[in-house]
Amino acid sequence: MTTFILNNQLIQTDQPQGMTLLDFVRYHKHLVGTKIGCREGDCGACNLLMGELIDGKMHYKSLTSCITPLGNAQGKHIVSIEGLNMEKLTPYQQAMVDESGSQCGICTVGFIVSFAGECLAYRPNSYESVIGAIDGNICRCTGYKSIERAAKIVYNKLKNKDIANPVAWLVQHGFIPEYFMDIPKKISQIVVPTPLNGHVIVGGGTDLFVQKHDEIYESSVNLISDNKHLTGIRKEGGKCIIGAATNATQMLESDILNKIFPNLYAHLKLVSSTPIRNIGTVAGNFINASPIGDLTAFFIALNSTIYLKNKSGNTRFLLLKDLYKGYKILDKSEDEYITHLSFDIPDSDTYFNFEKVSKRTYLDIASVNTAIQITVQNDYIEEVHISAGGVAPIPKYLQQTCNYLTGKHLTENTISEALEVMQSEVAPISDARGAKEYKRLLLRQLVFAHFMELFPEKFEIAMLA
Amino acid sequence: MKNIDSIGHVRGESIYLDDIPVRTGTLYALVYDAPCAHARIKNVDYSKAEALPGLVRILTHRDIVGENEIGNIFQDEPLLAEDEIHFWGMPIALIIAESEYIARQAKKLISIELEELPVITDPREARAKNKLIAPPRTFKMGDTNSAWAACEYIFEGTTETNGQEHLYIETQGAYAYPTEHGSIRISSSTQGPTQVQKAIAKVLGIPMHKVEVDVTRLGGGFGGKEDQATAWGVLVALAAQILKKPIKYSLHRMDDMRMTGKRHPYSSDYKIGLSKDLKILAYEATFHQNAGASADLSPAVLERTLFHATNMYSVPNVEVTAYSCRTHLPPNTAFRGFGGPQGMFVMEAAISRAANELGIAARDIQARNILQEGDEFPYGQKAEKCHAQKVWNTTLKHYNIEEIEQEIATFNSENKYYKKGMAIMPVCFGISFTNTPMNHARALVHIYQDGSVGISTGGVEMGQGLNTKMVQVAMAELSLSAQRIKIETTNTTRVANTSPSAASATADLNGKALEQACKELKKRLIETAAKHLKSDNSNITIENEFVFNNNKKTDIDWEKLVQLAFLDRVCLTENGHYATPVIYFDKAKEKGHPFAYHVYGNSITVVTVDCLRGRYEIDAVKLVHDFGKKMNTPIDDGQIEGGVVQGIGWMTMEEILYNDKGKLLSNALSTYKIPDIYSVPKELIIKNLETEGHPLAIRKSKAVGEPPLMYGIGAYFAIQNAVKAFNPNYTLKYDAPFTPEKVLMGLYEKVEKEAPVGAEILN
Repeated sequence: MTTFILNNQLIQTDQPQGMTLLDFVRYHKHLVGTKIGCREGDCGACNLLMGELIDGKMHYKSLTSCITPLGNAQGKHIVSIEGLNMEKLTPYQQAMVDESGSQCGICTVGFIVSFAGECLAYRPNSYESVIGAIDGNICRCTGYKSIERAAKIVYNKLKNKDIANPVAWLVQHGFIPEYFMDIPKKISQIVVPTPLNGHVIVGGGTDLFVQKHDEIYESSVNLISDNKHLTGIRKEGGKCIIGAATNATQMLESDILNKIFPNLYAHLKLVSSTPIRNIGTVAGNFINASPIGDLTAFFIALNSTIYLKNKSGNTRFLLLKDLYKGYKILDKSEDEYITHLSFDIPDSDTYFNFEKVSKRTYLDIASVNTAIQITVQNDYIEEVHISAGGVAPIPKYLQQTCNYLTGKHLTENTISEALEVMQSEVAPISDARGAKEYKRLLLRQLVFAHFMELFPEKFEIAMLA
Repeated sequence: MKNIDSIGHVRGESIYLDDIPVRTGTLYALVYDAPCAHARIKNVDYSKAEALPGLVRILTHRDIVGENEIGNIFQDEPLLAEDEIHFWGMPIALIIAESEYIARQAKKLISIELEELPVITDPREARAKNKLIAPPRTFKMGDTNSAWAACEYIFEGTTETNGQEHLYIETQGAYAYPTEHGSIRISSSTQGPTQVQKAIAKVLGIPMHKVEVDVTRLGGGFGGKEDQATAWGVLVALAAQILKKPIKYSLHRMDDMRMTGKRHPYSSDYKIGLSKDLKILAYEATFHQNAGASADLSPAVLERTLFHATNMYSVPNVEVTAYSCRTHLPPNTAFRGFGGPQGMFVMEAAISRAANELGIAARDIQARNILQEGDEFPYGQKAEKCHAQKVWNTTLKHYNIEEIEQEIATFNSENKYYKKGMAIMPVCFGISFTNTPMNHARALVHIYQDGSVGISTGGVEMGQGLNTKMVQVAMAELSLSAQRIKIETTNTTRVANTSPSAASATADLNGKALEQACKELKKRLIETAAKHLKSDNSNITIENEFVFNNNKKTDIDWEKLVQLAFLDRVCLTENGHYATPVIYFDKAKEKGHPFAYHVYGNSITVVTVDCLRGRYEIDAVKLVHDFGKKMNTPIDDGQIEGGVVQGIGWMTMEEILYNDKGKLLSNALSTYKIPDIYSVPKELIIKNLETEGHPLAIRKSKAVGEPPLMYGIGAYFAIQNAVKAFNPNYTLKYDAPFTPEKVLMGLYEKVEKEAPVGAEILN
């Protein structure tokens, strides 16, 4: 049984929890305002809002309903366009009309819902954040310029938003219907049934539903996104601990992580899109075992440790880089799952960088990605960890390169030699994301980019020519 | 006037195919398609699938009562494969089940035995093996053979342009249900309702009047639903005929991408000859069009490549030949620009190459060769009301080209790892279907007795704002407010024998037909008013919904006037018909006057390349466009912005990949990327060219759908110029799209064709 509120209606359904939220909303509730574009989270036409009651307040986020399990709606407020419509257009709907941000219209609702999600945030809105909210929405007609103009209007209309109590302010100013005020009460009255303990562990579902839509529908699922023991980011001594079901948005909004990684926003902005970051989990990225997982590359370079637990409650840990044994082969038994990861919080001599190049800069899978954590004292490399994606059957830890660099003087010559070593330990293949020769060249460029970014006074592009 | 559909769009209340309320008893269709590109079918085993509970029936070519044929220009395309498979994704059978889920499970239970045959994916290989869709076509003017001798400089080369996936966000689909007397009604997401109707009649073996095709709107078309929407409509109609049940089919994205054709890839050769003072004296080109497995619209697309082979330039001696090559890819089809962009790319490549060899800017050659009033195109039509020079001059002056060039030079000298590049891309595009018989349309107008107006035309609304323009036409002709006018769905029973909504001509053709219908109705209403006011027809006018007699407002308002006419038994319905005058084309001579008029434009594209990572950004596209007398600024500007970005996508990140077995690798949105909000030009400036407009354009407002796509071609040349600025050893290449991969490989290319970094380790 899944119980939640859809717009202003209480839903209690026995439909399989592995059904997608999209199919439930469109084909079971016949709310056809939500559109289908790609069924893999890559276009945003099916975006919905999911609201969660935290400390008496509703927190809303957009998500791609085509890859979200129905069961993840448990105890939540799900909002579709039908739940935003009022007699008068909302300011973000009016802005899209006024700026002609809609041509054929099939993608439009997804943009509207994303805008609504941005309005509901407990923070001030900037033009960049309004644009950021629609970074997962694809439009084939407009060329986006009219949508940018509409976003500007939305931003201007939000300037006086009450960030302590956005819902009330938004209701008062015609952004959302009045029934939103009663949602916290209604949600708090929902008795959330004990979660199923099925055999397929599903977090955000962002990869599973792309690969195995029908299989998940048929399976008994074990939904973990809401498991409080598996989420959250905290500091413990010199370590940072991140729960397995923590999503990228939570990482992006974490004060702890932003303090450790001053460029976190720029790094994570390269990872998927807002609605995917809102649901995709960090452990999902690890277990998916894609050789090109962005968060995997990120945490391998931090020399992270992951903690596993099995059905009998036994636990063990290993370095993330040691999880990968071959293409999609993991050092993990069927009944084990990741509970959390940890990494040492870097000191002031330690630097971090993440690089990624894909065919399209944003909302794309990398051709090659790489991250580095390097400790340099008196121009000597004390310790270094470099990861690389897209150049091997597994997310690659560049062991030999790191070995070579450790203890060396940080000079042009050292790096140049290291780049040679690196080429001997990678073996990219040619595929839709690039030819193997390209991936080798790109890896060289991106690893060099780490050094240019971290030590700009020492390295410049002419060294590569 | 804003798009009349936009309020429905932002509220999610506009209805697309998959939103039509499902009728009780509806069954769901799913195609079982070919798992390889070329093979003989030995056996297909449906038995396990047929045993699945909820599976209703699996239809094959044997179930077809009429002809197993849906080809449009040529009859070479079976609806369902018989003995042979011609492309990966070719429909073999139609699974009908009680739900989509059951249909998908059934599909997995079908097994096939094949004898695989050799696969051709390369158009040049197809030509060498004489696998042509039709005999080659050649457009010729002057005599290139003798002109070469007069040329100071001659350059030859080859170019490649890849295909492009339409990626309409609404996938293909259709919904059919049987009505009485063996008739069928189909809702279809098609740009060509009549084509769907015709094909259904043929396959089902019934007359066209038993087939009613209805289209509310499309969630994007771009040419991809001109001919390629037909198969799905016919399949559901076939199932409805046999099972006597409503049948629905809305394609999954990956099925759509795998089974449908795209923009044609071209592989071309050029030879260009210039005089010492940079006048292009001669131009030859050979185009190899990758048509895919059947003709579809390829011969028509091929023709437009030839029509636009010299773009906006005047060249006295031209010989261009095009081969439509049959390969084992899905049949490639119409896509915004319809072969024109592929032709123009080759011309611009030839100019770029010549400029590079001569150490001058491409614009020095472009400027010297701009088309002038009265110049003849290679197909015999003369440039009339030609704005080419005006649009060229306005662009350079208005945007201050020297300043742009200087800024780029300064930037490039000051920056080591970012480089900027610039290119100018002019566009001259002919308006009309090049197949003259298609240039006609009808509009059916009812004035109801309460004064409200219902309009049906043959045009399909697909985001281009057609319905809004039709409202504007009726408002202007009948002096009415928009609230009184409703645009009906496009329906073959109300408006018959239509041409598809394509060729940028939909608003012109249907708008002119609508004008005629409205004029005739207005004439009758004026006669009614004159009769009741005992005045002369010539004294009567209608303004702002009131009748004026001798310029004096009367008490007869629109509603009263309609009521009077109704009581006088005046016919308040009219069917307007329009056929474009003037145009003709003689295919035997390859000469004529195929276009009602030309649209002119010019653009400047500036890009910045990150020379460390090979990424790039489009800084600006600044253009001047010949809208004629623009009738709707938000809609027409929207077409420009959307067209430019689609063109940039084709030239940059959109990369279609088939393997040598003919399997589509870029088969989902995760592997085929179209522009997102961050990849569009930071600045996109549109300036109207002030002109009189053209009398053959609707309300003198020129067609605007396709031409702007070709401004996007500038991105290719701008990126190339930036790469060259970083790496002087880089050899120019003409192989679109210019992906970040090609950029990075170019940035670090060495003079001698050295092996790329790390290659020695690989070996």
